[in-house]
Amino acid sequence: MISPDWMVGPPFLPLVAATLAFLLRGRAVVWVCLATAVLTPVAVGGVVLLTLRDGPVGYAFGGWDAPLGIELYADGLSAFMLVMTAVVGLAVSVYAAAYYAAPKRAQDGRSFWLLWMFLWGALNALFLSADIFNLYVALELLGLSAAALITLAGTLSSVTAGMRYLLVSLLGSLAYLLAVALLFGAFGALDIQTLEERISPGPAAWTAVALMVTGLALKTGLFPLHFWLPPAYAGSPIPVTALLSGLTAKASFYLVVRLWFGPFSDILAPVAGQLLGLLGAVGIVWGSVLALRQRRLKPLLAYSSVSQIGYLFLLFSLATTAGWGFDAWSGGIYQALSHACAKAAMFMAVGTIIGSIGHDDIERMDGIGQHLPLTIGTLGVGGVTLMGLPPSGGFTAKWLLLTAAVESGQWWLAVVILAGGLLAAGYLFRFLGPALLNMPAGKISRSTPGVMELTAFGLALVSLSLGLTSGPLLELLRVGAPFPASVIAGAP
Amino acid sequence: MSLSALLPVLVILSSAVASTLVFFMNDEWGRLRTTVYLGGEVIKLALVLVMLRGIYLGESYETRIPLVPGVDFLLRANPLAMLFLTLSAGLWLLTTLYSIGYLRNAPHRSRFFGFFGLSVSATAGIALAGNPLTFFIFYEILTLATYPLVVHRDTPEALAAGYNYLAYTLAGGVVLLAGIVGLHAVAGPVEFVTGGALEGTEAGRGALIAVFALLIAGLGVKTALVPLHSWLPVAMVAPTPVSALLHGVAVVKAGAFGVVRVVYEVFGIEFSRELGVTLPLALIAAATIIYGSVRALSQDELKRMLAYSTVSQVSYIVLGVALAGTLDSIGGIVHLVHQGIMKVTLFFCAGVVAETLGIYRISEMAGVARRLPWTMAAFAVGAFGMMGLPPMAGFISKWYLGVGAVDAGQPWAIAVLATSTLLNAAYFLPVIYAAWLKKPLGEWKEKRAKTRFEADWLLLFPTLVLALFVPAAGLLAGLDFSPLAWARLIASREWGYEIE
Repeated sequence: MISPDWMVGPPFLPLVAATLAFLLRGRAVVWVCLATAVLTPVAVGGVVLLTLRDGPVGYAFGGWDAPLGIELYADGLSAFMLVMTAVVGLAVSVYAAAYYAAPKRAQDGRSFWLLWMFLWGALNALFLSADIFNLYVALELLGLSAAALITLAGTLSSVTAGMRYLLVSLLGSLAYLLAVALLFGAFGALDIQTLEERISPGPAAWTAVALMVTGLALKTGLFPLHFWLPPAYAGSPIPVTALLSGLTAKASFYLVVRLWFGPFSDILAPVAGQLLGLLGAVGIVWGSVLALRQRRLKPLLAYSSVSQIGYLFLLFSLATTAGWGFDAWSGGIYQALSHACAKAAMFMAVGTIIGSIGHDDIERMDGIGQHLPLTIGTLGVGGVTLMGLPPSGGFTAKWLLLTAAVESGQWWLAVVILAGGLLAAGYLFRFLGPALLNMPAGKISRSTPGVMELTAFGLALVSLSLGLTSGPLLELLRVGAPFPASVIAGAP
Repeated sequence: MSLSALLPVLVILSSAVASTLVFFMNDEWGRLRTTVYLGGEVIKLALVLVMLRGIYLGESYETRIPLVPGVDFLLRANPLAMLFLTLSAGLWLLTTLYSIGYLRNAPHRSRFFGFFGLSVSATAGIALAGNPLTFFIFYEILTLATYPLVVHRDTPEALAAGYNYLAYTLAGGVVLLAGIVGLHAVAGPVEFVTGGALEGTEAGRGALIAVFALLIAGLGVKTALVPLHSWLPVAMVAPTPVSALLHGVAVVKAGAFGVVRVVYEVFGIEFSRELGVTLPLALIAAATIIYGSVRALSQDELKRMLAYSTVSQVSYIVLGVALAGTLDSIGGIVHLVHQGIMKVTLFFCAGVVAETLGIYRISEMAGVARRLPWTMAAFAVGAFGMMGLPPMAGFISKWYLGVGAVDAGQPWAIAVLATSTLLNAAYFLPVIYAAWLKKPLGEWKEKRAKTRFEADWLLLFPTLVLALFVPAAGLLAGLDFSPLAWARLIASREWGYEIE
């Protein structure tokens, strides 16, 4: 019943919606995009079932084979990332529909939908591409639409943040493109599989690896390349912050994983993975420490993202072909999903707070829990994932990484993982505690639509329950995972 | 899925779902809220009793869901689990009734009852957890669900106590997780198994001792083992039903229960003894018993005194387990129940005194029994139980612990028990003396409108009912369903001890 044609859906439905958003006016734009936000997850569901049934699948778009046509490819990892995007994307869409219904933001609404649909299409295209040049195109589309989204509010700070993001993004993609050219010149192949067969160690390959990984790490915000991230997150409209933290950062991370364990797997020395893992570990601590020092909620959560992104990169030092490799690999990717849901939900909650009291100054938030219980609840529930406590998805991810760290004898990584959880508790309870205080909160200027609060809370609950639903999701990740069959089958 | 696989999940869900619903019902829906909540409790208790009967008849209940590679989410009922589960489900009902009386017209009752129920659900999960990972999941949920209860009064002091509570329990959780991961690394996936899961392991002795130390240190925070105990007296700022929950049912007990699981069903008592880890554990427990009692002596605030008393009493459980003989193990696990009944009774009494007369300090308690005779009688019963006077429940615990210590060849423990008993008397008797025999200091400052009873009936009756259990558990210890009989069942059926 489900044919490979379903793979066309995830990238193209949002692009069609973007086109329609360009042509239409008024409420019609919102309805079209909301309908897309529902249909795209359905298409994603089809792709998931397809990969579970058939294993990794390829699909030549329009019947043209590579190198002329666009070839799509889906394995467990692609499907997993599509699911992540679908869940977060649906929630952000519902939230944004209420957010941009406010009269003073109404004129930005159409641009938001157009750009967001573009972004969604680019994300899904990225997850389904099997060719380093197509990946570049998707990456570039992603960066451009994200930069435009950041500037939506039109204030000086948002334009500055957007321009900075644009520069960083272009720099990252440029490095990537250079590497693509190098690889094509040296090995005459663009699609990942052929490249993997032909690649051989040498200056060209190594330079390409360095360029690609650095460019993508820059776009992800890996320490020490995270400098652009806090201002960009803090300067964007709330729905965009949720998208940036939840999805775009994960896309460039995905690409590193795809290349690292694909074409580059044979030419890399283990020490390279150790280096990335080390940067991740430092990022965990550094981001948390800076989060502890923030005075406002949005930058606090932005630095928390720097820290949580660090967890993602631990998988590079842990995911070897030894017995624990697949565990570590899936742990890092599970962290991407958990963090995406939790952090997007938390930024949405911050949006509600800013909407209600007009600021996000932690010092002046005492007692706000009395007025916005659901929103504080969202921050609390999302926080459980950031702290990596059960039953959240963050715990599952941490457990997988931890066991791998211990089994591989890298004790110091285990210490960092555990310490990161405590630091997260430290910065989260800085505002969760006072928010619960029983005292009259500052002026509550207006109430925010209940649907915004509920959407954020629902997404936070998803992140919380991910710890108990890990079985089928990890099963999905097994499909076509880049490990020997014995490792994927699990420890004896 | 058959019913026997479903029952453990249903037990947890019955309270969790009711509690979650309660969050969304504000005071205008008070009646419905109470109905839903109590309905959840009654269903839970009924399910627990069904399981209890089944376990007695030798059936098994197990729920298993794959979680991460090699490790399942595993709920499994065995006699030990049922002991703790029945205690928590039963005390939850009484505590809830008491809380309804305690919080009449107080703000944020939905939040209170919601988190209260979630804490009890987490406790049920801790009781039923069949492997360390599942245990840890519920152990941490318990931390998170109790935090809002500790800070419930929303004052800066409550907030400070809440930070303190979190700092200790989260740090303890991290250490426990490190221990569990370590265990996983040295021994592979481990489940709680009768007789210990590490039989025949090839892991090195040093590594195993390190893992044991990490596990006990992580659990020791909630168990309030010295020197990890200092969060407990600070957390007394919480409303009294919460203190009762923390001390008698949920948090401290969860830690002690975890210690029992680790010693008996992960390492196994024989193996623990071979490793040489039981004696240090017994010594720590002994030190905690004495230290807690000594500190209780100098407290003037009634609840703080009770808190230090808990520090001392909960370590009886650890001591009994660590002495590793037959009778003292029975004494240890039966004290899990006995201490819960007695300590919750005492907290209930302290709450009645505070809520009716606004008295929080022992020095103000002169003559209180003239105004609150029934309450102070219940207090006296609880206190006698704590001292271990026959025929109270506490006597049974101490008798088994003492005789067991001799049997196990550790007579020094007798001295610890005797010292502790003297100290218990030294801090409980003055309170009873002042309440019953001294003259009141002046007019009572009534906090609530007078009723036909000496105090709000929803405060008084749960207290009296519970107080009845203190002598009952002692007098009826020979019956088949007494806590003692159940503890003997665990020792003979699960741990293979021969009981004459």
